Amino acid sequence: MLVQVPGGWNPLLGRLAIDQIPYTNPILAPLFVAVVIGGIILLGLITYYQKWGYLWKEWLTTVDHKKLGVMYIILGLVMLFRGFIDGLMIRTQQVWANGPQSSGVFGAVHGYLTPFHFGQVYSAHGLIMILLAATPLLVGFMNIIVPLQVGARDMAYPYLNALGLWITAAAVALIMISLFVGDFAHNGWFGYAPIFELQYSPGVGVDYWIWTLELTALGTTLGGINLIATIVKMRAPGMTWFRLPIFTWASLSANIIALTSFPALQVALFLVACDRYFGSHFFTAGFGGNLMLYTNLFWLWGHPEVYFVILPAFGMMSEIFPAFSEKPLFGYITMVAASFAIAGVSWLVWLHHFFTMGAGPEVNSFFSVATMLVGIPTGVKVFNWAFTMYRGRITYTAAMLWAIGALFLLLVGGLTGMMLAIPAINYMVHNSVFVIAHFHSMLLVIVYAIFGSVLFWFPKVFGFKLDEFWAKTMFWLFSAGTVLVFVPMYMLGFMGQTRRLDYVFNTAWHPYLVTEEIGIAVYCLSVAAFFVLLYVSIRDRVKNRVGQDAWGTSRSLEWLTHSPVPFYNFAVTPHVNARDELAWRRHNGINEAQPTQYVDIHMPNNTGVAIYIGALTFVLGFALTWRVWWLCLLSLVAIIVLMIVRSWRGDPGYIITAAELEKMEREAMQRQQQVEGHLPHHGGHAVPSGAMAYEGQKVSPLGTPPSSGDHH
Amino acid sequence: MSAHDSPDPSKAVLWDTHHHGHDVISTRSFGYFLYLLSDGMLFATLFAAYGVLSYSHSYFNGPTPADFVHPWYTFTQTVALFLSVLAYGMGMSAVKKGNKAGLMNGLIAAFVLGVIFLGLDIHDMMDLAAHGVTVQTSGGASAFIVLTQVHAAHIFFGLLWILVMMAQVAGKGFTTDTVGRLLSLRMFWHLQAIIWVFVFVFVYLWGYMS
Ligand code: HEM
Ligand SMILES: [Cu+2]
Repeated sequence: MLVQVPGGWNPLLGRLAIDQIPYTNPILAPLFVAVVIGGIILLGLITYYQKWGYLWKEWLTTVDHKKLGVMYIILGLVMLFRGFIDGLMIRTQQVWANGPQSSGVFGAVHGYLTPFHFGQVYSAHGLIMILLAATPLLVGFMNIIVPLQVGARDMAYPYLNALGLWITAAAVALIMISLFVGDFAHNGWFGYAPIFELQYSPGVGVDYWIWTLELTALGTTLGGINLIATIVKMRAPGMTWFRLPIFTWASLSANIIALTSFPALQVALFLVACDRYFGSHFFTAGFGGNLMLYTNLFWLWGHPEVYFVILPAFGMMSEIFPAFSEKPLFGYITMVAASFAIAGVSWLVWLHHFFTMGAGPEVNSFFSVATMLVGIPTGVKVFNWAFTMYRGRITYTAAMLWAIGALFLLLVGGLTGMMLAIPAINYMVHNSVFVIAHFHSMLLVIVYAIFGSVLFWFPKVFGFKLDEFWAKTMFWLFSAGTVLVFVPMYMLGFMGQTRRLDYVFNTAWHPYLVTEEIGIAVYCLSVAAFFVLLYVSIRDRVKNRVGQDAWGTSRSLEWLTHSPVPFYNFAVTPHVNARDELAWRRHNGINEAQPTQYVDIHMPNNTGVAIYIGALTFVLGFALTWRVWWLCLLSLVAIIVLMIVRSWRGDPGYIITAAELEKMEREAMQRQQQVEGHLPHHGGHAVPSGAMAYEGQKVSPLGTPPSSGDHH
Repeated sequence: MSAHDSPDPSKAVLWDTHHHGHDVISTRSFGYFLYLLSDGMLFATLFAAYGVLSYSHSYFNGPTPADFVHPWYTFTQTVALFLSVLAYGMGMSAVKKGNKAGLMNGLIAAFVLGVIFLGLDIHDMMDLAAHGVTVQTSGGASAFIVLTQVHAAHIFFGLLWILVMMAQVAGKGFTTDTVGRLLSLRMFWHLQAIIWVFVFVFVYLWGYMS
């Protein structure tokens, strides 16, 4: 039943053999050494400082949504860095391997990467950036912020949340190990039939690609279920649907997309696996297979996926603009409607990724018009943000700069997307670097929104602000890099440079390629600025500590609890009275009011099961890739057994008594008062009420609550 | 609207100390329902692939479903699965009365009938293979077999789950956990039966007639 693989195979090790380790590769071998040394140093340091217990108890077994979110974000940032290095390698190859005179090293005729290696680099770059950098970063933020914004103690299913993280981490581990054991796919991040068939890609690269994608799909589906259930089921009393913060709405719409579209990806990849493992003929050329079936199934997921990643980014921007314009968001209802309109239409446009398939004028026209329809709700959002800033009191914090940058990029990316949606234009520029520039503009919207959010929510999670100077430096460097790389890329697209070239024949393009390379150098500087930012901020953390409402102008519930957020989120569940609850409380002078009475709360226990299952899914993916059947079976059985054991044991949770809670709260309040002693501009009075949402409303502010009496 | 439907701040309730958590079973069932949505999408995609791969050229001049499906044989599978769902349902109505033995009988019957379904399916597949219809035969045959066997895999894991639930109910009785899981399993089992209706109609009956 199973297909005979070319090359060696033995029952014990499958296709694994020592010559699968690229120890002669001049790029990978030194990298491998560096990774091993770095790893040993890291493990050594953890052992030396005796941090294993802390790591295990506080992080690896945690079910706390904030810690899981932080780990998602760290994972995403690490992969963003890896993807960036891939991008740097691609650009360097193209500027080097330009024209017949260009030199070649390391076995390449031109440049320094052989075509096969180059193919692996760009495939990994795309897959990593979309699924293992952007997605975990966004899921991480949703994890941290959504439960806080709806006033919940945790996600609906804390254990499932941990499972989602560790399965995502397994996907990351799988793609990372493909660097050093075997090789990765060379068929682009989305793959083409029939090149990924065993006949044309006999190595393990495609298998790594399949199982990495399957694991991410699984992790993201679990996360999606959890977020939807949290938003639907865990809202605090008074948090009616139309009081939900926009970021939460955006997360809801995004996760509905994820939940419904990821199965299409799972099936598409599963069918590729059937072809490669069982010799079926879904996508083969001949034997009744259908090449375009793959492309359709992939983009059936692929297009909704791009909205899955952009909607949370829109949500982030919708939180940042009002906070730094000191105005409520303009057009709340239309913002909600636009999110769901985008989510709905995203299902009807997948064919615009292959107009050139030749489906005929009716089909192409339908998908062209449907694609352009997306522009309407997107335009609504752009205007809403612009009107939010209009006549607001804008403070140009670094977070705000990133959000504004995202807005401009959205314009560029959206308009070029509209151009691509016209089949007549698309036939000219399809598969050119114009498309690459389009979707990088779009994906950079996400990156900008994420960096904005890192700055915006960092004080909430860690209790101190990041350094504004270095954050701004990073922003300007990053933006310079963006312009230098992508403006020439749009131009080259018009001139006809196709995507994924390991050798660029036309020397007339050299100046453009050089400009792009300079842009990459500037990006490198911004990465350096990011590290300086982290260093400086952590060094000055005591000076930059903040209270609950770190910016003094924030609006939603997450700012109502302490910074850093205690593990139980809210000592007492807040009762929500308004949209933008915190802004409402601040305006009425009751933002510092503390609960007078505490009650016992019930919390879930930590568990190691999630990380064990995650590790086993990695083993399963690895064993499938290398066709080590006994290990596949073993890890699968182990996963099932663990699940059964966990379900047998259940989790009784534990209780924090009202007395303990009161003690912890008192300490937190003391810490906060200390902080506010240093902070000249804390809290409600920083906001001039003229710019407030509720002007004109006749309210009589309450007397000052006792706990905050000393600084009013 | 936000500003105007907010209560008077001097009287507003700011904290909720009486809010006693959430209904565990309903929250879990909702999440499980969401998972089943994604499972439904999975089958929808497989059906789409089957549809694309059921043109005459998809069979590459080899056998088509008209040659190899046996609707009456498959009908017995259908009956077995439906009776299994019925038995499960009767078991669940025993839960309402707190009747453990009633539930156990229902689960056992559901299990046995499910095993019959799966046995018939495996027998059918072996038979097809003996007649030269495997995934390697043609694109159309691949789609036929993968679609039906993905469904069979769901049945397999459902059976495993039924066993686990029998053990849990025997060991722990009716707790929030076990009853919640029984409800989720019920949704799962029903969904697989509903999907089987589509498989039977579109793959077997339709395939037989075309
Ligand atoms: C106004 C909305 C948008 C329109 C009209 C639009 C239109 C298009 C079109 C027509 C293509 C196909 C180009 C071709 O291959 O010939 C395309 C490709 C692409 N778009 Fe967009 N797009 C929009 C928004 C987005 C967003 C929000 C994202 C992601 C966040 C995105 C990411 C991509 C990606 C990743 C590809 C190419 C994938 C690949 O070929 O590797 N687009 N877009
Ligand atoms: Cu698209």
